[in-house]
Amino acid sequence: MKIPLSYSWRSLWTRRLTTTLTLFGIALVVFVFATVLMLAHGIEVALIETGSDDNAIVLRRAANSEIVSQIDRDAANIMKTLPEVALRPDGKPIASAESFVIINLSKKESNDMGNISVRGISPQALEMRPQVKITEGRMFTFGTREIILGDNLPKRFQGCEIGQQIQFGEASWTIVGHFIAQGSAFESEIWGDVEQFMPAFGRPVFSSMTVRLTSPAAFDAFKARVEQDPRTQMAEAKRERQYYREQSELMAAFIRILGLLVTFIFSIGAVIGAVITMFAAVANRTVEIGTLRALGFRRRAVLGAFLIESILLSLIGGVLGVGLAALMSFVQISTVNFGTFSELAFGFALSPSIIVSSLVFAVAMGILGGFSPAVRAARLNILAALREA
Amino acid sequence: MFVVKLVLKNALRHKLRTILTILGIAIAVAAFGFIRTIVTAWSAGVEASAENRMITRHAVSFIFTLPYSYRDQIAGIQGVEEVSYANWFGGNYKDASDWKNFFPRVAVDPDTYFSLYPEYIVPADQLEAFKRERNSCIVGAKLAREQGFKLGDVIPIEGDIFPGKWEFTVRGIYEGKDKTADETQMFFHWNYLNERIKELQPGREGQIGWYVLKVSNATDMTRVARAVDGLYENSRARTKTETEKEFQQSFVSMSSSIITSLKAASYLIIGIILLVLANTIVMAARERMREYAVLKTIGFKKSHIIGLIGGESMMIAIIGGAIGLALTFPAAGALAAAFPTFFPIVNVEPMTIVFASAIALLAGIVAALFPASRAVRMKIADGLRSLG
Repeated sequence: MKIPLSYSWRSLWTRRLTTTLTLFGIALVVFVFATVLMLAHGIEVALIETGSDDNAIVLRRAANSEIVSQIDRDAANIMKTLPEVALRPDGKPIASAESFVIINLSKKESNDMGNISVRGISPQALEMRPQVKITEGRMFTFGTREIILGDNLPKRFQGCEIGQQIQFGEASWTIVGHFIAQGSAFESEIWGDVEQFMPAFGRPVFSSMTVRLTSPAAFDAFKARVEQDPRTQMAEAKRERQYYREQSELMAAFIRILGLLVTFIFSIGAVIGAVITMFAAVANRTVEIGTLRALGFRRRAVLGAFLIESILLSLIGGVLGVGLAALMSFVQISTVNFGTFSELAFGFALSPSIIVSSLVFAVAMGILGGFSPAVRAARLNILAALREA
Repeated sequence: MFVVKLVLKNALRHKLRTILTILGIAIAVAAFGFIRTIVTAWSAGVEASAENRMITRHAVSFIFTLPYSYRDQIAGIQGVEEVSYANWFGGNYKDASDWKNFFPRVAVDPDTYFSLYPEYIVPADQLEAFKRERNSCIVGAKLAREQGFKLGDVIPIEGDIFPGKWEFTVRGIYEGKDKTADETQMFFHWNYLNERIKELQPGREGQIGWYVLKVSNATDMTRVARAVDGLYENSRARTKTETEKEFQQSFVSMSSSIITSLKAASYLIIGIILLVLANTIVMAARERMREYAVLKTIGFKKSHIIGLIGGESMMIAIIGGAIGLALTFPAAGALAAAFPTFFPIVNVEPMTIVFASAIALLAGIVAALFPASRAVRMKIADGLRSLG
């Protein structure tokens, strides 16, 4: 026969102080575990969402990011006319040759300089990136020195309001709008007309070329054509989503490795806490356990009751930890994107799989911490146990 | 003496519990030291920067270059003793997706660079050989160990910022003057880069990534910065001149949120230490309420009870903390080995050791507060009645 669940539950309640201490220990560990995963996931979401399966990006061979890539005008013009590039109803190819540089702006909170990506776009760029929406002001006019800013910049940097001017590349640029882009990396960028940016920065070549494909399946043909034509073979085509995934890899891997290492160390502390609590529970209740056994409960039932007590403890701690971690989704932080060396703002992103793995992690700690005390409880000799105290 | 003996006996009554608690504290203290070491490794470049060097770069951001012609003009400014210059080369060595293959590749002026960076020690004959050969390079000792570079080896690099296939012959290996010097860089001739880029992409020659200024007097720095930047105020390429420390700091502050979260994690660890220790001490004190009542009955003072509980807590904390500190060093060593070029300089700072010890001691005191006050305030009759 099984020992009722309420027995385990009430036993926890009886020793409130140690139960609470252990609970907090587990909650803390689960909190850290979940936030680390949320952080790494947040970076991936921000960067991967930036790319689209319908688009291909062309960079110079061996260039791992737009910042070090160069595509000259002739090559860009050839690539635009390839048959795999989708056309607008008026017959113009949907392609954007872009320039990509970094400028410094002062942060609001500290006056420190931050690196900001500045992207010069061609008129067709917005058609390739339907996620971009102007939230305030208006789109800039091509052919003028107007710029629009991703929504993250006015929050974190000085002088980014509509109507203000930013100085760079021996010209001043008027901010005419703010835009959002589904939380992607674009929201941390400044956009303007590529034909205005290039002379201002003294750069005769584009950084990259992004095209909308006629279909995602056309990518291989496009890539082959670009890389075989002698006029464009110094370039290399990638799926846009793949490119941004690669950008997020280093950062996400770094956070995961470091974060999970820290969590692992924390969890040892929490498991030890659970072991101590459960051993004390067993020691305190020797007579009780003896009584249970004398009443006819089997060793297995005693083992189960103590294990359940421990799992219950860790599960509550786990739920508490995940709950605290969920609050972190309201926090937004920024860090340097190692791919482009510029600031990237992103949030802690919670996903169902993070919730599940956090709870599994909590229960694993409970089982690990509760197993040996539970075995000791089950092994107690009835007579010796009853005689105690 | 009696109290000390009793503390020791008490701690040994539940051997497993005590050992587990010590283990928990040791791991947490080691983690604290480890995380602090990462934080200091992150800003190691700032610590290593010299007091008499300044950096001049393009005002817009570090990716823009300055004309070579600035060199003589900057050198003419009063207070500037010597000027050198460098370009970030970038490029890929072998498979670039493996971050172990990343190391800084910098084009420098072979004649002046090493005299401005006396912390990079190159044997005189190697430096001469390097200066003579246009496409040679000098690599750091740590980098040479990691990648197995030897004198005479040819390092192939695929360029990105400066496209094309590049090959550099190792003619020198530099060592750091002390532990704070970065031994993972590769330096080669700026002239070689300039000549080749002139052939490949005419119009891109004569570009300097940043100038390094040696200033004769540290108090002159603000004036020198103003003088240099004033010179190019209205030119096509405005400059930003700052101390080397500020320059390095600007790179560190780009990833300040990572450092902040690491610091936050290290504070959470203090919480973990406290929870584990407090749990043990609260439990031990509760089991022994009756004994404390007996001790009180036969005349022991409150201070004895406090000494018993506090002593046990402190003893566990100190032993755990000491083991934890001892573990910090191999952990930091493993970090240095795992990310040789990502963290070029990994040292356990004396402050880290001080902090970690202070935390363990503090935890020992705090964990004992609650159970000790409960034991002191307990009425003898209640204590005698308690079943533990």
